[in-house]
Amino acid sequence: MSSIGTGYDLSASQFSPDGRVFQVEYALKAVENSGTAVGIRGKDGVVFGVEKLITSKLYESGDNKRILNVDKHVGAAFAGLNADARHLVERARDEASSYRHSYGDPIPLRHLTERVSGYVHAHTLYSSVRPFGVSIILGSMEQDGPQMYLIDPSGVSWGYHGCAVGKAKQNAKTEIEKLKMKDMTVRELVKEVAKIIYIVHDEVKDKSFDLELSWVGEITGGKHELVPPEVFVEAEKYAKEALEESDDSDEEDL
Amino acid sequence: MASSSMFGHGNTTPFWTGGPAPGQFYSFPGSQQAAAQTPAQRTLYPVVTGSSVLGIQFEGGVVIAADMLGSYGSLARFRDCPRLFKVNDTTVVGAAGDYADFQYLTNVIEQQVIDEECLNDGFGYTPKSLHCWLTRVLYNRRSKFNPLWNTYIVAGIEDQKPFLGYVDKIGMAYEATSLACGFGAYIALYQVAVITKDGVDIKGPIKSETNWEVAHMIKGYE
Repeated sequence: MSSIGTGYDLSASQFSPDGRVFQVEYALKAVENSGTAVGIRGKDGVVFGVEKLITSKLYESGDNKRILNVDKHVGAAFAGLNADARHLVERARDEASSYRHSYGDPIPLRHLTERVSGYVHAHTLYSSVRPFGVSIILGSMEQDGPQMYLIDPSGVSWGYHGCAVGKAKQNAKTEIEKLKMKDMTVRELVKEVAKIIYIVHDEVKDKSFDLELSWVGEITGGKHELVPPEVFVEAEKYAKEALEESDDSDEEDL
Repeated sequence: MASSSMFGHGNTTPFWTGGPAPGQFYSFPGSQQAAAQTPAQRTLYPVVTGSSVLGIQFEGGVVIAADMLGSYGSLARFRDCPRLFKVNDTTVVGAAGDYADFQYLTNVIEQQVIDEECLNDGFGYTPKSLHCWLTRVLYNRRSKFNPLWNTYIVAGIEDQKPFLGYVDKIGMAYEATSLACGFGAYIALYQVAVITKDGVDIKGPIKSETNWEVAHMIKGYE
């Protein structure tokens, strides 16, 4: 640890001599400590899945959701610090509401992303603030189809067909790449997302987790919402069965 | 009449504005004399208006109906003004009166519903709660002498029971099994209260028997 930063990491407003902003990189580390969040954009909508790690048995279940609503048509899934994310989502809601107030239409996700990422970026420029320890995936259903963007702590944003953030983002991305998501419906994707979360979950290091699943698309009438219980159960069952099958085949290999 | 056009120029500016004038006190420059003399005016009448909204409860539900006419005074100016607003799967609001005020409140409610959904706690507006909220908003606005010029009828289902509520621009509110506002209130239904030494007997709601046989003879109002 002693050599990290070497004095150039005390403020978000200062570069290191080799052109890095350490505070932003530390924020990225905060994201990597969090349970994985996955978003996939199919042909008729977007599906989110989150691996919510349970750090104590004493917690009440179902609290501290990591998939939230931003507007009727926009959902957000995140990895990183819960409190930071909630503030950011609150900001996104205000931006969405302000757009609706001014123009009488739901905010296009491209614009919302621009506004929110601008806000995130502003927190990498001043010594008086710290960057957000959050990567946030925004998904929506619009007139010309589904949209999905990822904003990271540096304030950079990209549009995606499939993305993953958090602990097991590399594994998750590898799994996502196996899918032909552009030809898939959210009804099919929701099972795959559940499966990916189950696959990338590290049973040894993190004991228990809650699966969160949400979608937005034609199937929900353009509204972002958590998937209904029967769909959730079906997806979770599919995920668990897929996992057991791969475990069996692993044993055969041995 | 003669004063302004005396020199052939209709809009010559006075030579000395705000200066001493015969029979007047000296008015200091910048004093808002003109404004102070006129009282502040708020909305005094509605502009584009809708009229009838009817609502009737029945076993297991409510019917609510409104025409789509937006009148400009007595002129039937707009013919495609929806006056029923779906709040959620259990609640509908219908409005008579100023159409712009209705649109304003519609936008407010729409955003409130979104905010409510964002909480994701399974709660949302019910017909009763929305009716009560409307009561507060309308009464508050009339108390500021700046009313929203509408009559609202809230219809919906709550606890498997039909709900029908009325609120007007002064915040006066009630619930009933059947409601009407605007022009429809005059012909849709009415009650008669007969008060005698034996007590009070309220009859109704009674439906008016209307006769439109001569309607085809009326010309010039289309």
